[in-house]
This record gives sequence, structure tokens and C-alpha cells, in this order.
Amino acid sequence: MPAKKDDVYGDHISNKFNDELLALKTRFLKMGGLVETQIDSAVKALVDSDGYLAEEIRAKDKLVDRMEMDVDEEAMLIIARRQPTARDLRLVISVIRMVADLERVGDEAKKIAKFAIKLSEEGQAPQGYVEVRHIGAHVMGMLHDSLDAFARLDSEQALRVMKEDKRVDEEYQAAARTLLTFMMEDARNISRCMSVMWVLRALERVGDHACNIAENVIFMVKGEDVRHTPMEEAERVVGR
Amino acid sequence: MNTMNPSITAEAGIRDQGAAISVPEDKPEDTVIEEGKTVGKPFADDPKFKLRNVEVSYGAARAIKNISLDIGRNEVIAFIGPSGCGKSTFLRCLNRMNDSIEICRVKGSLELDDQNIYDPKRDVVELRARVGMVFQKPNPFPKSIYDNVAYGPRIHGLANRKSELDDIVENSLRKAGLWNEAKDRLDATATGMSGGQQQRLCIARAIAVSPEVILMDEPCSALDPIATARVEELIAEMSESYTIVIVTHSMQQAARVSSRTAYFHMGHLVEVNDTSKVFTMPEHELTESYITGRFG
Repeated sequence: MPAKKDDVYGDHISNKFNDELLALKTRFLKMGGLVETQIDSAVKALVDSDGYLAEEIRAKDKLVDRMEMDVDEEAMLIIARRQPTARDLRLVISVIRMVADLERVGDEAKKIAKFAIKLSEEGQAPQGYVEVRHIGAHVMGMLHDSLDAFARLDSEQALRVMKEDKRVDEEYQAAARTLLTFMMEDARNISRCMSVMWVLRALERVGDHACNIAENVIFMVKGEDVRHTPMEEAERVVGR
Repeated sequence: MNTMNPSITAEAGIRDQGAAISVPEDKPEDTVIEEGKTVGKPFADDPKFKLRNVEVSYGAARAIKNISLDIGRNEVIAFIGPSGCGKSTFLRCLNRMNDSIEICRVKGSLELDDQNIYDPKRDVVELRARVGMVFQKPNPFPKSIYDNVAYGPRIHGLANRKSELDDIVENSLRKAGLWNEAKDRLDATATGMSGGQQQRLCIARAIAVSPEVILMDEPCSALDPIATARVEELIAEMSESYTIVIVTHSMQQAARVSSRTAYFHMGHLVEVNDTSKVFTMPEHELTESYITGRFG
């Protein structure tokens, strides 16, 4: 069955059903875009000590929450109206799961913004900003790639995102050790270094959520659930 | 002529249903299907029905093209597919209801419990008692509720005394979930019942002659959602004692009641798989196109 060029899924007989699925995907990706911007701005706000930007991020989180609820509602209506099957069912289920991950990423951005404000008031931490920028860029890349994999139904890209998670964990551990050293050297550093630690933790969590999204993309495309399975299993499923 | 012979009445039933004598034309999609090849799990261990290289044609037109399939004992298998794909034609092969259609020719090997269904020496009436059928439009006899159910056992000599017949009628009505509604009016005429009740009566009638297999050709199409739900519950209960083959246009019904689903397309058997797999991750692209509504 030849697929329509602008939608890899191909056309339903019911145009309305088609439109509903397309609208769901679009809404989800829009939320993804917003959340990516939130994380990017949050890291900037921290590194540049920009309290105003940080306040904007916290206010915008309400929009992220609203979008999660809208996507969930739309997904539920599709299930009620259309009883989707096969790939459509997997799409709707995956979107419901992934939208929760996006909302949590939004929360992490809010958290980072909170610490940006705290640090802009307390004064910069002596250390950690390079690591924040580096890990921040890394996990933002993962998030971007996982959303891109969803848009293009690319399970191989999703697998690559999953493999990055280990690297992020290692970078996080290294950064944590460095900060610990600083805290041990001088007790006056503790409060500010702890704030940076929390930021790094939040970024590491963003990486985890990007992985979750990637796992759901693999489920959507390949029909097998690779959550909680070893990497070799995911490799086997993607290679099928 | 005994017009009340159940097999003749049932044949009239086929004509009433406007049975699919329409024959699918060859369409371009045929080129993506390999004839005789079915993906998934078309075969079973120790099957109730063993069907190999079945060909059915109406005159010159092929309606069933080289289909091979096993139907397992006590399984509920659903036949799905677009209009004119041959699922009802194939269903009717299983109890030789196609015999009543003059231009219909059935070829291939069709076995029930390892015995040739189409053996010329076979008693077709006995076959149709073993392999009962329920149709789309409920077709109770214009008799009382009791006599509808009792008719088959009477002519098959299944009861020696009235009390035995009473037991058979009661058991059948109970199994069909109709006893409580019917027990106080067994003498009332069956045609006075609601559509849903009539259909359950037809099921009771089929059960009364102790079949091994029940074929159902869109049994809920004419019923409201509540009656449909009751018949579906019934199918689930009946599967413990009978092998059930159900043709349905409702994907959701196939998903709810069957353990295996067979997808037919233009006379070919494209895919047979566990129902849960067919509806979440079908193997063949045509199956997926159909069940997701990308073509009908």
C-alpha cells in the first residue's frame, strides 16, 4: 500500500481518523520542541546567572503541563472513537507513555531554573559550570535525537540514543566526584556546589527520559517492548 | 417433500442471508500475495479440521484460491477480511452448505477428524448435526420455542422419551443463556422473541444435536450491542465444549472472542496468527492495512 509522501503512515479510509493521528503526532512533537527549549534556556540561565530567564522558564512550565493533559486527552479520544489496532495502537500507547517523560523533562528544566535563581543570588559556585554545559549539551542532543527518531520512525536512531545513556552516566559520576573534592576542600563551597550537583542530577534524569522515549519509539516501530531488557535484546529487536 | 428438514431450511437460510455468491474480481493487490502461502501459524497439532489446497469456484470464477488451514480442537478462530474475500464461502465448505449452490465446485482435501468431509458416501445431514451453523439473521422455525430446540433431536432420534427430550431442551437453552427467559413460555412461538433472544435460540437449536463444531456467520450483525455482548459471552463459555469458527466484520469482536484470527483477502488466506498478535503486530502488510482501516 503506497504511503502518502508527507506522512510515513499512509492514509486511512477515514480522513478524520488520519487527521486525528496526525494531530496527535504534531501536538506531541510541539510539546517536545517546547521542552527542548526549556532545558536549553534553563542551562543558559544557570551558566549566565540570568534570574529573569529562569523566572520565565518556571512560568512556562504551566504550558508544558497543559500540553501533557491535552495530548493525553486526545489519545484517549482516539482510543474511544477509533479502537486503533496494530501500528496505530502502538503509536497511541507510545505517545501516552512518552508524553509523561516529556512532562518530567519539563519539571527538570523548572528545577534547574530554580537553582539558577538560587545561585544568582548566592553567587556563582566555584566549579561545575563546564560540566553543566557539557552534560547539558549531551542530553539535549539525546532528547532531540529521540524526538527526531519518533518523527521519522527510525528505530536505529532510537537505539543510538539508548547507547548514549551509559556515557552520560559516566560523565555525571566524574562531574560529581570533582564537585565533591571542592566541597571537601572548603566548607563554604558546599551550599553552592550542592546546587550544581542537583542541576547535574536533573540533567542526568533528562538523559534517562530521552532513553525512555527512544525505547517507546522502538516499540512503536518494531512492536516489541524493550523496556527493562538488556541492550543486546534491543539490538536484536532493531536488527530484525 | 419434507420442507422442515433442517438442512433444507438452513439452505433457505443461506439464500435469505443474501449469501456471498458475488465473486471477487482479480485486483492489482493480488500481485503482492503469493498463492497458497500463508504467513503466521496456519497449522496446529492434532487439528479438528485439516484443510489442504482448498479451491472453490462459482462456475469459472475462483472464489477460494489454494487455501490450507488447520482448525484446532476447542479453539475459537475468527475469519476476517473485506467483503467478497471468501471467508463465508470457506466457512460453508466446512459443513458442505455449498452443496446447495449449483454452480459451486469444491476441490482439495477437507477433513474432519481425519475423515474426508466430501466423501460421496458421507451422510450430509449427520455432518451438519456434528458441524452446526448459526447465521447472520436469526432464523427460528415458525414453531414454539420448545419445538425449535426439540426438532433436531427428534429427527436424529436423540431421545427415547419425552423426559429425555425435555432435558435436552432445557440443557440447550441453559447453555445458550436463554433458559431463565424462556422456561415459563416454552410453548410461545419463537418468532415473538426479540432479535437477540432469537439468535440465542438458534444457538440452542444448534447445540441440541450435540455438535462438535459450531460455525457462526456474522452472528451478531443483526443484534444490538447488549445482545451482541451476551452472545460473545456465550461464545466464550461454549468454547470449552465446542470448536467455534466465527466469520465477523467487526475487528473488535474478533479481537474479543477468538484465540486465532485468519485474514482472507480476495480468495487467499494471507495470514493466520494468535489474535493478540494480529491486532498488535500483524506480520503481513495487507493484514495491517485491513485492520487499521487503510483499506476495506
